Amino acid sequence: MISDLFSATVLVGILASGIRLATPYLYAALGETFSQRSGVLNLGVEGQMLLGAFAAFYVAFTTGNLWLGMLAALIVGAMMGLAMAFVTVNLHAEQGISGIGFYLFGLGMSDLLFQKVLGTVETVKGFPKVNIPYLSDLPVLGKILFQHNILVYIAFALVPISWFVINKTTLGLKIRSVGENPEAADSLGVSVARVRYFTVILGGAMSGIAGASQSIALLNVFQQNMTSGLGFIAVALVYFGAWRPAGVMGGALIFSMVNSLQLWIQVLGIPIPSDIAVMMPYILTILVLMSSASGVRSPSALTRPFEREE
Amino acid sequence: MKKWLKDEWVSQFVDTSLPIVAALGAFALGAVMLLFFNVNPFEAYGALIRGAFGSWNSVAETLVKATPLLLVGIGICISFRGDVINIGGEGQMIVGAILGTFVGLNLTQLPGWLGIVLAFLGGFVGGAIWGGIPGALKAYFNVNEILSTVMMNAIAVQLMNFLLRGPMIDPAQAELASKIPQTARLQDAFHLPRWVPTRLHLGSLIAVVLAILVYILLWRTVLGYRIRAVGQSPHAARYAGIKVKQSVVLALLLSGAFAGLAGVTKVYGVNYRMITDGSASGFTGSAGFNGIVAALFGQLHPIGTIPASILFGGLLVGANKMQRVMQIPSALITALNGLVVVFVVSSEVLRQRRQRHRLAEKMKEVSQNEGGVPDDDSREVGG
Repeated sequence: MISDLFSATVLVGILASGIRLATPYLYAALGETFSQRSGVLNLGVEGQMLLGAFAAFYVAFTTGNLWLGMLAALIVGAMMGLAMAFVTVNLHAEQGISGIGFYLFGLGMSDLLFQKVLGTVETVKGFPKVNIPYLSDLPVLGKILFQHNILVYIAFALVPISWFVINKTTLGLKIRSVGENPEAADSLGVSVARVRYFTVILGGAMSGIAGASQSIALLNVFQQNMTSGLGFIAVALVYFGAWRPAGVMGGALIFSMVNSLQLWIQVLGIPIPSDIAVMMPYILTILVLMSSASGVRSPSALTRPFEREE
Repeated sequence: MKKWLKDEWVSQFVDTSLPIVAALGAFALGAVMLLFFNVNPFEAYGALIRGAFGSWNSVAETLVKATPLLLVGIGICISFRGDVINIGGEGQMIVGAILGTFVGLNLTQLPGWLGIVLAFLGGFVGGAIWGGIPGALKAYFNVNEILSTVMMNAIAVQLMNFLLRGPMIDPAQAELASKIPQTARLQDAFHLPRWVPTRLHLGSLIAVVLAILVYILLWRTVLGYRIRAVGQSPHAARYAGIKVKQSVVLALLLSGAFAGLAGVTKVYGVNYRMITDGSASGFTGSAGFNGIVAALFGQLHPIGTIPASILFGGLLVGANKMQRVMQIPSALITALNGLVVVFVVSSEVLRQRRQRHRLAEKMKEVSQNEGGVPDDDSREVGG
C-alpha cells in the first residue's frame, strides 16, 4: 500500500530507475541543445529517435553486436539530421513545420520497417549492467548511481562535455555566435551554413542514440511508436533547461523520476490513478516555461533562416 | 505588356501546382521504397486508389475520414495565417470530444437535435480552452506555442485516460476485467444522421459549411483581416493599431475550437461513444497531425483544404486496402504524409522567392514606364 512507497528498498529502486530512465532524454536533449544554440529548432527528434531505435535493434538482433547497433542508430540519426539541415539551411523551410514532417516520416517509416522486416516483437539481450568497482558497493548511493549499463554513464558524462564544448572551445563560440547573430558571425568569416549543418547532424545522431538507448539498453524490444512522445519532451527540456546542459539534465531527471515513481506505483499495485501523476511533469514544464520565458533569453536567431546578402 | 500578362498567368499556375508536384515527389520516393520491398508500385498505388475511390462505399469511407482532417485543417488555416503554429490538434480534439461526450451522456432528456447542437457547442468550447491556454501563454508570457501545444497534447491524453478509465468509464466495462477505456454509448437520438447503408454522416456536410464560413471569416471580416495582418507582420500590424496579443490568442483559440469539433464528429458520427487504446491516436487516428498536412496541401486556404482533406482521407482509407491486398503496412502512408509536409514546406520558400522576384520585376516595369522610353538594356532586363 502507500506506506510501501516509503520503504528504503523501494525508494532506492525509484531513484535508481529514475537515473536509468533519464538516458534517452539526455542524449536527445543534449543533441537538441547544440542545434538550438546554433539557431535551428529541430522538432523531428521523435522521428529520428524512432528510426534510431529500430536501426539499433535490427542490427543488434541480426548480428548480435550491440555496438554495431549503436553505430547504425548513429548513422541513421545523422542522415535524418542531414536531411533536416538541408531543408532548413538551404531551402529555408519553416523549422517547426518541417520538423513535424520528419516526425511523421520517422513514425511511419520505423513502423513500416518493423512490420516488413521483423514482423513480430522480438527481444535482444541489451547492454548489461556495469558495476563501477568500489563505488557500486557503497550503501544506498552505490545502487542508485553506480550499477547501470554503459549508456547511462556515457549520457551523464556528456553533460559536462557538452557544457565544455559549448562554452570553452572555438567550435562552441562559433555555434553560439551563429545562433545569436549569424550576420555578424558571417562577416567574421564563420560559415553559418557549415556550423548549422554540423549541429543539426550532431543532434540527429544523438537522437538516434537516444532511440538506441531505449531499444537495446532500457527496454530491449522494438515496438511501433515506442518513444511515445519522449522526443517532443526532449525538445521542451532544452527550453526548460534554458539552453544549458546542466539545466537540461535537471529537467530530464524530473521527468524520469516521475516516470519511475509511476512505474513503481503500478508494480506495487497502489490504487492511485497514475494518469494524474504522469500529467504533472508536463504541467510543471509549462509553468517553468512561463516563469523562465521572461527572464531567460533564447538564442536570438532561433528558427530564423540565414540568407547571405550578396 | 501582353507577354507579361501571359507570364504572370503561367507563374501563378506554377505556384498553385507546386504542392501537387511536391506530393508527387513524395509518392515517387514511396515507389522507390516499394520497389525495395519487391512490390510493384503501380499495383500498390492502384490498390490504394481503388480502396479510396473504387466504390460508393469506399468514397463514403473516404469522406468519413476526411471530415476530422478538414475540421482540424481549417483551424490550422486560421492559426498558421495568424503567425501561430498549432501542433496541439490532437489534444484539442480530445478535450473537445470529452466535453461534447459529457453533454450527450448527461443531458439525456433533450430532443435529439438540441442535444447534438449542445454537444457541438461543448466540443467547440473544449477545443477553444485547450487552444486558448497556449494562446494566452504565448501572448502574455512569451511561451513558445509549439512547445506548449505539445505539452497540452500530453496532458489531454492523460486526462482522457483518467476519465475513460475512471469517472466516465462505460458501466458495462467497469464490471469486466478488460476495462477498455471507453464511455457508455450515446442514446440513438443523439447520433448524427447517416446516409445508410454507408457510414457517411451529417458531420461531413457541417465541416464543408464551416470551411466556407472560415473562408468568409478570414477574408471578408475585420477580425480575419486582423489575424492575417498579424501573420504577415506583427510589427506592421501593431503600428496599424491592431491588438497583436488578442489576435494571437484568438487565432489559437479558434484553431483549437475547430479541432474540438473534429473530436465531436468522431464521437457523434462514427463511434457513438468515446473510445481509445490509451494513446492519443487511439482516439484521434492522428487527425490532429494529418489535418496539418491537409491544410498545408490546401495552401492554408479553407476552401483548398476541402479537396486536400478528401485526398488525404482517401489515402488513409486506401492504405487499409493496400495493406490487405499487397501486404504493405498502412504505416507507409504516415511516412509519405511526412514527406509531403517536408516537400511542401520546402517548396513554399521557392514560391515566396518567385513572388518577390515577380514583384521586383513589376516594380522595375512600372518605374520604366514612368521614366519614359526605356533604353534597350533595361528592356532586356524587364522582359
